[in-house]
Amino acid sequence: MSQRVGQLAGIKFSKIEKQFGKLYALRRLDFDVAPGECVALTGRNGSGKTTLLRIATRLTRPTRGEVTFTGAAPGETPAIGYVSHALMLYEELTAAENLLLFAKLLEVPNLAARAAQLLEAANLTSRASSLVRTFSRGMKQRLAIARALLQEPSILLLDEPATGLDTESAARLVNTIRQLRDEGCTIVMSVHGESELSRLATRAVRLDAGALIADTRDGATFQNVFATGEVS
Amino acid sequence: MKLLSDTTVLLQKELQAEFRSHELLTTASIFILIVIVLFSFTFDPTSAESKQFGPGLLWLAFLFSASLMLQPSFLKERTNDTLSALRLAVGDPFAIFLAKLCANTVFLLITQLLLLLVFGVFFNVSVLPIFPKLALVFFLGSLGISTTGTALSAVSSQARMREVLLPILLLPLLVPVLIPSAEATRALFEPEHALRWDWLGILIAFDVVFLTALWLFGEYLLEE
Amino acid sequence: MTRTVVYTLLVCVLMGVSAYAAFYVAPTEATMGLVQRIFYLHAPSGMTSLAAFLVSFVGSVMFLLTRKPRWDWLAVSSAEVGVAFCTVVLLTGPIWAHPAWGVWWAWDARLTSTLVLWLLYVAFLILRTMIEDADRRAVVSAFFGVFAFLDVPLVYGSIWWWRTQHPQPVVFTSAALDPMMRKVFYLSWLSLMCLMAQLIRQRYELEASREELRALEQELEAR
Repeated sequence: MSQRVGQLAGIKFSKIEKQFGKLYALRRLDFDVAPGECVALTGRNGSGKTTLLRIATRLTRPTRGEVTFTGAAPGETPAIGYVSHALMLYEELTAAENLLLFAKLLEVPNLAARAAQLLEAANLTSRASSLVRTFSRGMKQRLAIARALLQEPSILLLDEPATGLDTESAARLVNTIRQLRDEGCTIVMSVHGESELSRLATRAVRLDAGALIADTRDGATFQNVFATGEVS
Repeated sequence: MKLLSDTTVLLQKELQAEFRSHELLTTASIFILIVIVLFSFTFDPTSAESKQFGPGLLWLAFLFSASLMLQPSFLKERTNDTLSALRLAVGDPFAIFLAKLCANTVFLLITQLLLLLVFGVFFNVSVLPIFPKLALVFFLGSLGISTTGTALSAVSSQARMREVLLPILLLPLLVPVLIPSAEATRALFEPEHALRWDWLGILIAFDVVFLTALWLFGEYLLEE
Repeated sequence: MTRTVVYTLLVCVLMGVSAYAAFYVAPTEATMGLVQRIFYLHAPSGMTSLAAFLVSFVGSVMFLLTRKPRWDWLAVSSAEVGVAFCTVVLLTGPIWAHPAWGVWWAWDARLTSTLVLWLLYVAFLILRTMIEDADRRAVVSAFFGVFAFLDVPLVYGSIWWWRTQHPQPVVFTSAALDPMMRKVFYLSWLSLMCLMAQLIRQRYELEASREELRALEQELEAR
């Protein structure tokens, strides 16, 4: 994949609040991601990481505040790839069918070629005609990332991508993210603690109870951001 | 335009998934069969009585079956959060509804026409000569059932006790489909084989009203 | 507070007057006698419940368009009041029918339609109890509220046409209304509409208070 020249995009969260009934998932969050940054988002379960990512994709509407994108043409939303915790794959379809379905909806040019290319990069070509139901978590993960990359997104959001992966799959994931980071893709990934994956990040941010409490951009060290006395 | 192409792509996916597994079609057909058989024990199944009670019981069986079988329509999109993937990829969220309700109409029609043949055998009612006209009535009725049923599947999948909730919400709403469909079917079973446009008119009105309402307000059901 | 008391008193007086009129002022009907007087409660209740459901529909639509919670409060308040008036229709129907015509229930078009309406809006209320999250509950039930009301004319139309096609044994209306009867009828209707408005307002304020309580609890938790 080529360098994303001229496609760099950043995200700006302004005064974001999100309530789910009685629960405050996010409180008055002001946060921005510079184009090309690779951010590791950490925090306990329930701290608001998933909600923040979903608000960036516009799947969830904030109760107050707004999300804007820097670096994109005015009025345009940059292409965003999203890998959710649930992976969002149709188990009753094959890997190829899953990719082609979304390629058609997203109006990806040369979709057959692109799908084949992505399957190759994900090392899934041999299993392209197998039902996703038969895949391991690692394989589903690779397919989910391949799907997220269909449009060559300027922004990639990953929600706890390392969950349930064995060592080999985790290493593969790290390589993929490293490559995307080096190509200039803006990445925000939520992680649970320090790991090889989190070490790819150029910046780390910690959320707690819906508020941003530590940021390496503001001078905190990576160690401090990830330090926690509790087990998640 | 994108709405049409998105709908076609999604419709193809819905049909492909179902025709591969046959889960829904099989269980729905067996369920309707069971209901018809049980209902037959409640009256004397002579040919004359069957022509009287038959259409009503047929449509009741269809309605009960639909209120159970339409539940997975949106519920299955929640297991792996595929609904979110769809929302990110389609242009107009109405495409998601449109594709599902078209697919559900097809599934309903398939099970209904199958069971119609069984009905004809059980009750010695000759259905083949009136098959095309019956197909029209079944189509208009099924369109109404699947439009409201698909919408309410999205509603009930967000609530507790959803398996019981969907029938509670759907069945009273479908009274204006049950009555015209049963009456039009009964009229076709009569010797004149008359196609009752007064009843079909009500069905068409129902379909138009609810399709429009779903188009206007459906996207609100999908948000978070 | 005083406004509520005054208005409630007004409604009570109005209802008292119309009840008196229904029993003592309206002339006795020729064939059915005393029992026909229940008509002054039965028919206006039906019209009032429809009015309440219309208000609920407006609440649902406005909520979907504006997302202001007070429209949701209006929708649920008027739906509940509508169901209450619907119940009155369904109870007074048999009470009237049995002495007058010897049957508890005749599948009369209007009464049957009211029964379906009752089922629809009870379903609406049940739906609301099945969703915890207040925002989702409001959006989802507003959607069903729209569907339910759009169904109303279709329900009435299809049931009416159904009864027209099949011979009816019994008619539920008071045939030609004598002018005095007509006046009493309109008075009853007016008093019930005022009662409806007052009940909706009380229920709405209850919902508003609940919301205030919820917001305060949240603020406390946030500290």
